[in-house]
Amino acid sequence: MKAYFSIFRIRMQEALQYRAAAWAGVTTQFFWGFMLIMIYQAFYESSDRVMPMTFPQLCSYIWMQQAFLILVETWSGRDGELFEKITSGSVAYELCRPLELYQHWFARLLAGRLGGAILRCVPLLVVATILPYPYRLLFPKSIAQLLLFVVSLLVGAMLTVAVSLFTYILTFKTMNSNGVLSVFSALTTLFSGSLVALPFMPEGVQRFAMALPFRYMADLPFRIWNGSIQVLDGLWQLGIGALWLAALWMLGSFFMKRVLRTAIIQGG
Amino acid sequence: MNALKLYGHYVSILIRSQLQYRASFIMMVLGQAMTTLLYFLSTYFMFSFFGRLGDWTYWEVMLCTSCVHISYPIAECIARGFDSFRGQIRSGGFDTMLVRPRSIFLQIFGSQFAFNRLGRLVQGPIMMGLAVVNSGVVWTAEKSALYALMVLSGIVIFMSVFILGATLCFWTVKSLEVVNCFTDGGRELSQYPFEIYKKPYLVFFTAVIPYACAFYWPLLYLTGRSASPWCWAAPILGMLVMIPACLFFRFGVRHYTSTGS
Repeated sequence: MKAYFSIFRIRMQEALQYRAAAWAGVTTQFFWGFMLIMIYQAFYESSDRVMPMTFPQLCSYIWMQQAFLILVETWSGRDGELFEKITSGSVAYELCRPLELYQHWFARLLAGRLGGAILRCVPLLVVATILPYPYRLLFPKSIAQLLLFVVSLLVGAMLTVAVSLFTYILTFKTMNSNGVLSVFSALTTLFSGSLVALPFMPEGVQRFAMALPFRYMADLPFRIWNGSIQVLDGLWQLGIGALWLAALWMLGSFFMKRVLRTAIIQGG
Repeated sequence: MNALKLYGHYVSILIRSQLQYRASFIMMVLGQAMTTLLYFLSTYFMFSFFGRLGDWTYWEVMLCTSCVHISYPIAECIARGFDSFRGQIRSGGFDTMLVRPRSIFLQIFGSQFAFNRLGRLVQGPIMMGLAVVNSGVVWTAEKSALYALMVLSGIVIFMSVFILGATLCFWTVKSLEVVNCFTDGGRELSQYPFEIYKKPYLVFFTAVIPYACAFYWPLLYLTGRSASPWCWAAPILGMLVMIPACLFFRFGVRHYTSTGS
């Protein structure tokens, strides 16, 4: 167990080194966030409906989503090195270690994403806070809300890692990461509420999305943050999210062991 | 061998080599088709919730959205060599191109033909077909011609931005995030009629990086919102941005000092 925590710590420290890249990445997130806000604003102004989120709440949702993108997007948090190891065969070295591959990579991937998130969120959140109302990032009104947000964000990040591990497992079989990654990315992005916020989806689709694990990655934490989900509701929803995490962890572990049993190392 | 024939050879080799790995090729195409499908779905969800965007209906907006999702994949497929130019400079591949007795443009265009990007081209034509039928536009010969011009203009402008992005690689060895904002970001912005954004955006994207010239101004004519001749002039003038893009690239080549390989 200690070994996995060490790996986590080391990888985290590594990820925190990439400061320049993080600051550069902020421009894109800022651009994207602003573009989404403009599009939503035009939509908001076109309709008299009662909105599931007020416009300022929506702006906060979008800024948080952009700031913590690496915790939600399968694609951007991917570890190219691991895909490389699988396709080239050097994963054999990993297998020689006295560690379970699933847990090992889970720790590594989580650390990579969390480290990246810590670096990237700060500049974007700082800028988003000084924007004029209503575009500005708003903060939670209570300590309970803030704490619940942090916990749900961590659970969401772990869910993202658990889901992404399936792409690595599948790469053992397909030997090519791109196709699998694209499909997973597309699905998780849509159903996590990163393209269209879930409350804006049609009834049927929304109910379907709520039943999937992906909503706990973005929809839950960010809506807890902007107050759209109340603390008590959020608490028991978080519980379901945690159950999903446990289920995906067990499933992932199981499939990893299975695929390793039949893996053929093609040299490397 | 003349330049066009040589380009044809390049493309055929690239396509055949990509098709060697059939399963992975199919999966990439599928993955991209899915991504584009989900983009279209998300716009559909937005419209089904809000009803309208300004005074634009869903199918009117689909006219330009589908256009963007045809122009961009084609431009990306052809100009992939420029999109991944940074790698060429880093690896010294560009130096090799300079030594060869053929046009540098031909070689970069011929270096990559991202055939698998055409997976993104599945949704566009389908949505375009549906938009053409459902948008309420009365299609005359000239409107159809203008619509085709929109697609062509879009392809040329996207390619110019890729070339521009590649030129910046001469001065900074890293690929700039900013460029990404204008390629991917530009594509995203162009999906909706530019008038929904703040005024400065419309001005910038008409005069500097003319996405609005290809996708917005002609759209006004098609949907009967404007009869000004500017709607016709805009896509044609927009294509001219290719000239400064290429000249700038040439300038970059001339002042290029290799970083070694």
